[in-house]
Parts: sequence; C-alpha cells; structure tokens
Amino acid sequence: MKIHEYQAKALLREFGVPVPNGEVAETPQQAKAIAERLGARVVVKAQVHAGGRGKAGGIKLADDPAGAERAAAAILGMRLKTPQTPSEGILVGKVLVEEASAVERELYLSVTLDRGRSAHVVMASEAGGMEIEEIAAATPEKILREWAHPALGLSDFQARRLAFGLGLAGEQFKQGASLIRNLFALYLAKDCSLAEINPLVVTKDMRVLALDAKLNFDDNALFRHKEVTALRDIHEEDPLDVEASKFGLNYIKLDGNVGCMVNGAGLAMATMDIIKLAGGEPANFLDVGGGASPEQIENAFRILSSDPSVKAVFINVFGGILRCDRLAEGVIAAVKKLGLRLPVVIRMEGTNVELGKKMLAESGLPLTTADDMAEGARKAVALAK
Amino acid sequence: MSILVDKNTRVVVQGITGREGAFHAARCKEYGTTVVGGVTPGKGGSTHEGFPVWNTVEEAVTKEGANCALIFVPPVAAADAIMEAAAAGVPLIVCITEGIPVSEMVRAKHFLAGTSSRLIGPNCPGLITPGQAKVGIMPGHIHTPGPVGVVSRSGTLTYEVVGQLTSRGIGQSSCVGIGGDPIQGTSFVDILRLFGEDSETRAIMMIGEIGGTAEEEAAEFIKKQVKKPVVAFICGQTAPPGRRMGHAGAIIAGGKGTAAEKMKALEAAGTTLVKSPAEMGVTVGKVLGR
Repeated sequence: MKIHEYQAKALLREFGVPVPNGEVAETPQQAKAIAERLGARVVVKAQVHAGGRGKAGGIKLADDPAGAERAAAAILGMRLKTPQTPSEGILVGKVLVEEASAVERELYLSVTLDRGRSAHVVMASEAGGMEIEEIAAATPEKILREWAHPALGLSDFQARRLAFGLGLAGEQFKQGASLIRNLFALYLAKDCSLAEINPLVVTKDMRVLALDAKLNFDDNALFRHKEVTALRDIHEEDPLDVEASKFGLNYIKLDGNVGCMVNGAGLAMATMDIIKLAGGEPANFLDVGGGASPEQIENAFRILSSDPSVKAVFINVFGGILRCDRLAEGVIAAVKKLGLRLPVVIRMEGTNVELGKKMLAESGLPLTTADDMAEGARKAVALAK
Repeated sequence: MSILVDKNTRVVVQGITGREGAFHAARCKEYGTTVVGGVTPGKGGSTHEGFPVWNTVEEAVTKEGANCALIFVPPVAAADAIMEAAAAGVPLIVCITEGIPVSEMVRAKHFLAGTSSRLIGPNCPGLITPGQAKVGIMPGHIHTPGPVGVVSRSGTLTYEVVGQLTSRGIGQSSCVGIGGDPIQGTSFVDILRLFGEDSETRAIMMIGEIGGTAEEEAAEFIKKQVKKPVVAFICGQTAPPGRRMGHAGAIIAGGKGTAAEKMKALEAAGTTLVKSPAEMGVTVGKVLGR
C-alpha cells in the first residue's frame, strides 16, 4: 500500500526524522492561510501517489501567501501526468504547503528488503535527487549499503558508517546518524516495504532534513496497523481495483479487451501471456483464488462486465480437486443473474469435466468451451474482435 | 529415487484443526502419505477427524518420528510455527500459508539458518513425489511417476504443466512449489541442485515468474552445474511494471525483475525456453526425445 507525501512526513515527524514545517491544503484559501502561518517562502506540492511531479508542473515555489494561493489554484484540480501515472493522469485533490529550504547538498537514503539476502538493507548515496535506479546504473560505487541483522536490527555503528559515508561531519553527522536510526525504526515498526527519502538535504543553515518522503507498506502486515490502513486514499486507485479488493479478489485493470478470470496468480499471469501470443490484449489480471467458488465467480463477472472495454471473457480454471460441474453451475448462475451478454470462453480442468462442459453447452447462453488454454485464448481473442 | 519426500516421509500437520489443515491432511493420507497426526496448541490429547492432535511439534517428533511438518497455520502465527518445527529438529518444513508479513519471514529465515531444517515455501502448494508421498495441496491424481523434475514459484500453473506432461504419458520424479513470496526457504538453485543429483530425474521443467532475481541466479547455476536438460517458462511477460500480480513477490520494480531479462539469462544458460504456457509439456517431450 502507498500513502501520500504529507502522510509519510507526519509519520517521519512522529519517529524523529526532521521534515520541513508544513500542512496540507484542499483549497487555494487554505494554502494561503498555511503560507501566512509559516511566514516564509513556501513550496506547494501536488499530493499524488506518483513520482516525477516537479517536471510535470506539480511543484511550485511561492514567495508570499498570495503566491501560494495562486500556485495552489494552478495545481489543485489539474490532471497530473508523469511517467509514473496512468496516461490520463491523476486528479490532484490536495497540496502540501511547506517552508522552502535553502539546499546546500542533496543526498539519498532508503530502507527496503534485499530479497537475495533475506534481510532489510539501508541504502545511502551522495547522489541525491536522482532515481536510485539511475544512480545504480550510472555510478553503482556511489551507493552505500548496510544490511540490518535479521533479529537485532540496524546497529549504531552501521548508522554512523552511512552518515560518514555521506560526507556528513560535526553537528550534521550527529543529526544524520540519528535520522538514519529513526528511519529504520519507523520502517520496522510500521512494516514498511520501502521507506525512501529522496532527496535528503543538508540546508544552508546546516540542518539535515527529509525534503521528500515515500513510504510503501507490506500488504500482508496491514492487519496489525489500523492507523496505516486509515491512510489509504482510494481516489488514487482504479475504482475497479477498489471494488475487487472488497471481495478479496486480486484484480488489476490493463488496457486490452479480453477479460480474464483465472484461479491462481501464476496461471493468471500465464493466461495474460497466452492471450497476447494469440494476437489479443488482456483487459486485466484477475485471480479468483484456488477454489474458484460460485460467489467469487459472480463477483468476478460483476467486476469484468463493468469495464466497458471488455469484449469477451476467458475463464481459465485448473482445479484438480475442484468439481467442474459445480464451476459450470456457478458460471451459468452468475451469467443469468447479471444478465451478461458478453461472449464467454471457458477452459477448465478438474473432476467431472465432461459433465461441466455438457451443462455449459446446454445452458442456451453465449458460453463456449475449450479443451486447453491455447484453444481458449484463440477463441476468446477471436470473439473480442 | 526422488527428491525431499518419499515412502519414508512421516508428516505432522501444524494447524490440523483448521478447515484447510483438516481437509488437506485427509487428502494427503488418501494419496498414501504417512500422516502421523497434527499439532494445534491447546488441543493436545484430542483427535481430529481421526488424526491424533498434540500441543507441540516436539511431541509428534518424539512419539511418532515425524520427519516433515506441513503448515496450515494462519499468517499471524505461521512464522512462529516454522520456527517451532525447526526447533523440534524436523528436517523438512513445508509452509502452505499465504500472507505472512515479510519482517516475520526475515526473522524465521535467520532462525532456520542456525538449524539443519529445510523450509519449502511459504505461500506454496507444497511438493509431491508421484506414487510415494504428497505433502501439499496439489491434486494428486494428475501426477504420474517418471523422469521429469518440476520446480515452480506458482501453484495452479504447476498443475497446468503437470497436466500437460501426464496427458502425454510423461511422468514426474518430484514436483516442488517453492512459493510466490519475496522470502523463500528454498530457492530454484537449491531444487535444481537436488534434481541434478537425483538419479531418476532426466530432465527439469522450471517455471519462474516476474519479480526478484531468483531466475537469474538459477540461470547462473544451470550454466555452471546442471548437466541435465532444463526447459523453462517465465510467466508475467505481459505484466505492467510496479503492480503486484497476486503473489507478493511478483512485481517489476524499477525496471528490474522483468520476464524479458529472466528469459534472456535462462536462454544464455542453455535452457530450452518456452514462450507459450500451452507448450510446456510438448517441449519437455521433445527434449526427452519423445
């Protein structure tokens, strides 16, 4: 799960990671009032779950409260398009208004999981402001890494080594080492999957500050962080994704026109792949779970049929233990109940396959069967054209 | 021969009084696996659907010689269940549970490193040696004994390839689902090494997916150490970057972990790549000269 910069900064503050003073605004008037309270030059930043905001016009400097009001008026309500947003952009509903910092140096700091080592890793670099992937490609030697002990966490000497490695000295060294320790504590305490500060800056008045902040969370651990779940902004997600998550369906909308309904994530990805190989484009990723129960089938149909670009549906279920007659029953009931007119191609494996196929064929509904996934993909792609 | 599980495997099911645990314990037993009983803390001394229940894994080991633990414990307690099995000296631990927080798996994996236990999973279908033992949730009847070792990060896609193999009369030595989480007890490389050493395995079918670098590491290992033919398929060739595709581990992050990169590495390592998931079985057949 992702959260907004202003939410991330509130958490950083709570854990003792210094951030610029600022507040969030939903109207230009609020932005003006915040700038008045801050009494300084401010920066007005669009709050969307995507990077690359600056280049897209989502971040503006303002010298006074009137300027902050104008900047907020320009940003609020715009559809921000960056390389990380969908092509139609994301509607900006909130801006963060914060004190502008006089930046001396820009650094990079993050904590994430190193899958290869099965350990949390803290990464730091003097090349701040760039994407870490760019730094890794251009100057890999400039990335410092410290792996936290799986049980004992990050030791003080490791935080010091990173702070020294960033070229911090004196008072800034103390601030930096403490900031690194605190960021790691936040990452662990809130079950983050990524805690990234880019840039981390040293200001002209010699403070060390998190100028930007990105926190992502481990979805598997959200059950024990109600306070984090409360930060979810469903406006940032595709409405169909949100609807699907209510039913415990794993759904991701894509750009094609062949809807897929599959049991299991791996088979669901393979089904998307084979649709593409058959000359079509998948409209979605959808995993209905290993059991493919009648309720889930109905919910899945509801989601798929509410996407206007879907022209045909391909159901690919490898059940094994699953009874295909029960699956057929579920499909027929759902199609009838929802009054679905889309052509549906069904490929299923499990017990009672023949009985299931017979039921589908005799249903009088636009249901086609296929003996394997290649045939199913071919038929579905043809029907979608 | 086979790998990891066979006729001598004695399974204790952790979480046996739960719906999933009880259901699959019975399916494993039906297949012919020796299931000695189960563990549910607080319910020791009772029986559940014909299986004896103990409070601790240790009891199952001392009293019944359990040498394999099959875990269906809910996510919140699953990492602890893994550590309990390892502390009891169980050599093979198979964790089916999906949704364990990553930070807990980091600790559990560290704990395992100090023991002689091997973990398969979590978030996996388990493993099977056809005709001998089924330790997992896969449908037993689609498997048949034979020369192909199957290793995969996915569940139902593994059933798909097994179905394709069996329908062509090609049997399997063992099939191992290593799981779809970012932290896995056992990697592709571990299983490839075991298949390489197994006298019955004549070819290996490997199914990878987007995310992480496990397939690239497997490619490196295959190039250097695997003398048997390997057929590989990577799912998620059409997956968009930055989105988690069902499995917690299946995400293309920062341009890394794409199917294209993995396929390139595997091809360079001399494996036979399959582009279409419908052609996995037929390709293995060709490699075996059928």
